[in-house]
Amino acid sequence: MISNSKSRKVFQVINTVVIIAVTASCLIPLLNVLAISLSNSQAIVANEVGIWPKMFTADAYSYVMKSTKFWTSAAVSLKRVVIGVPLSILLTLLAAYPLSKPELAFPARKYYVAYLLVVMVFNGGLIPTYYVISQLNMIDTIWALTLPCAVNIFNIILVMNFFRNIPAELEESAMLDGASQWTVLTRIYLPLSKPSVATITLFCLVNHWNSWFDGLIYSNYTYNYPLQSYLQTIVTSTRDALFEGDVKAIMDMMNLNTTNIKSAQIFISMLPLLVIYPFLQKYFTAGLTLGSVKG
Amino acid sequence: MIFHAMLFLPCLFLLIFNYLPIAGIVMAFQDFHPGLGFLGSKWVGMENFHTLCLLPDTWPAIRNTLIIAVGKIIGNLVIPVAFALMLNEVRRKSFKRTVQTITYLPYFLSWVVLSGILINFLSPGSTADACGLFNTILMKTGLIKEPVYFLGTKSTFRGTMIVSDIWKNFGFNTIVYLAALTGVDPGLYEAAAVDGAGRLRQTFHITLPGIAPFIALMTILSIGNVLSAGFDQIFNLYSPAVYETGDIIDTLVYRLGLINQQYSLSAAVGVFKSAVSMILIVSGYKLADKYAGYRVF
Repeated sequence: MISNSKSRKVFQVINTVVIIAVTASCLIPLLNVLAISLSNSQAIVANEVGIWPKMFTADAYSYVMKSTKFWTSAAVSLKRVVIGVPLSILLTLLAAYPLSKPELAFPARKYYVAYLLVVMVFNGGLIPTYYVISQLNMIDTIWALTLPCAVNIFNIILVMNFFRNIPAELEESAMLDGASQWTVLTRIYLPLSKPSVATITLFCLVNHWNSWFDGLIYSNYTYNYPLQSYLQTIVTSTRDALFEGDVKAIMDMMNLNTTNIKSAQIFISMLPLLVIYPFLQKYFTAGLTLGSVKG
Repeated sequence: MIFHAMLFLPCLFLLIFNYLPIAGIVMAFQDFHPGLGFLGSKWVGMENFHTLCLLPDTWPAIRNTLIIAVGKIIGNLVIPVAFALMLNEVRRKSFKRTVQTITYLPYFLSWVVLSGILINFLSPGSTADACGLFNTILMKTGLIKEPVYFLGTKSTFRGTMIVSDIWKNFGFNTIVYLAALTGVDPGLYEAAAVDGAGRLRQTFHITLPGIAPFIALMTILSIGNVLSAGFDQIFNLYSPAVYETGDIIDTLVYRLGLINQQYSLSAAVGVFKSAVSMILIVSGYKLADKYAGYRVF
């Protein structure tokens, strides 16, 4: 039933053009930052850089490669990912498994659900949370960046719903053979839940990599900043505050200015996400449909 | 027993990092000084809330929050639905997939990264700095004569926040709605075509009603965000020049509390926001449960 009327063809053309224009609007700013990072400072100041580098140079990248501040903060980011993501997954599984059981098997379930719901709809706000973290002496430690966000209720719900769709017969037969709940979780549920575990792993990974505000407020010293917090100070700083005196003179000699150095740092910080982007695409959508199956 | 043991650790984390701060709300009713602690600080009742009402920054912040948040809620609903319907008309799979891949990308980038990109892209230029690509394009096509300082002008700031937020999220939201579109019964389209309905009529009488419950659900669930205008975005893009139209509740909380060290006042704003949001979120869930059978747990 495909109609090939004239108006249909006109519509198809306009539709395609609009879609391409909208898509280009997503791509152009990203290409622009990449082009600037690879351009000579003179070309940038002369306003010649569009989505393609002008007077190509990778000097900004070699400058960033030598920047200790950049790498120190990248190391903090890596550390929070390595500690934070596994911890978060462990806590999510520990909570999701019991909560996936029906009320008959786990009568106290409703109290735990209420306990979690309160946290979902209400929070203490910025200042009380900050005060608690500082009273726990966590300021300037990696724990301030990994522990407070370790339990994510939405991830728990997502995994819980996935667990619920696993046939109860599997559990029953394992129990008949003498397996404990712990064995059922690790030997039966976990291997069957790879897609949902992959999804929450990616959620946690992206969250940790992109978080910047906690690093900003829970660190007194800039060397404790994760990459995004460090970037934040650069992005929002006025231009020459960053580079003074001798550094400024050296920069003028090379083909650098704050714009291409900023752009290079922005682009490098995006790289890890671009690398895992195919997985993100696959599992984030899968995660949505997993989460939408309600028991 | 084993279930309680498993839940112990997650619950302990929530107790420390979520319930303790909720208890810390007490400071909103005190003249709180960190040195004196909760027990040593003076109890002042509702005085902080009274002070807030008199503070010149409070009402503009609430107004801006509502305007920006409502704009985002509407835009993040209408644009993705429209874009999903448009993509749905495209036959070539590879084209569809490429478009989705590209438009989905900004969703994964942090507002820090996107702010860095946008500050550059939207820059009006200055003596020391080049004009951003966006203004350059607008001037070359003759749409404007002078560069516009989108992020530094009171009248354009809120619009820029709304549009850039939609820009970041519409690719992701589109995929959600496209998934909903696949759930519409194809038989309905065939029947409508036999009855002589054109594509446009099919869209309005079959597709839209088909995904209407889903759209309604997404709207209801977004009501809870009415007081969250997007701290990450605005904090990185605003400046004192646009506080009048760009300051929101969350940025006010930050400046009052962590910059001016007015712990109690800041906590009081936070309590106000949390309380109103809670009412909205709970009503949203109730509505969603009643009309769409949606349950969180």
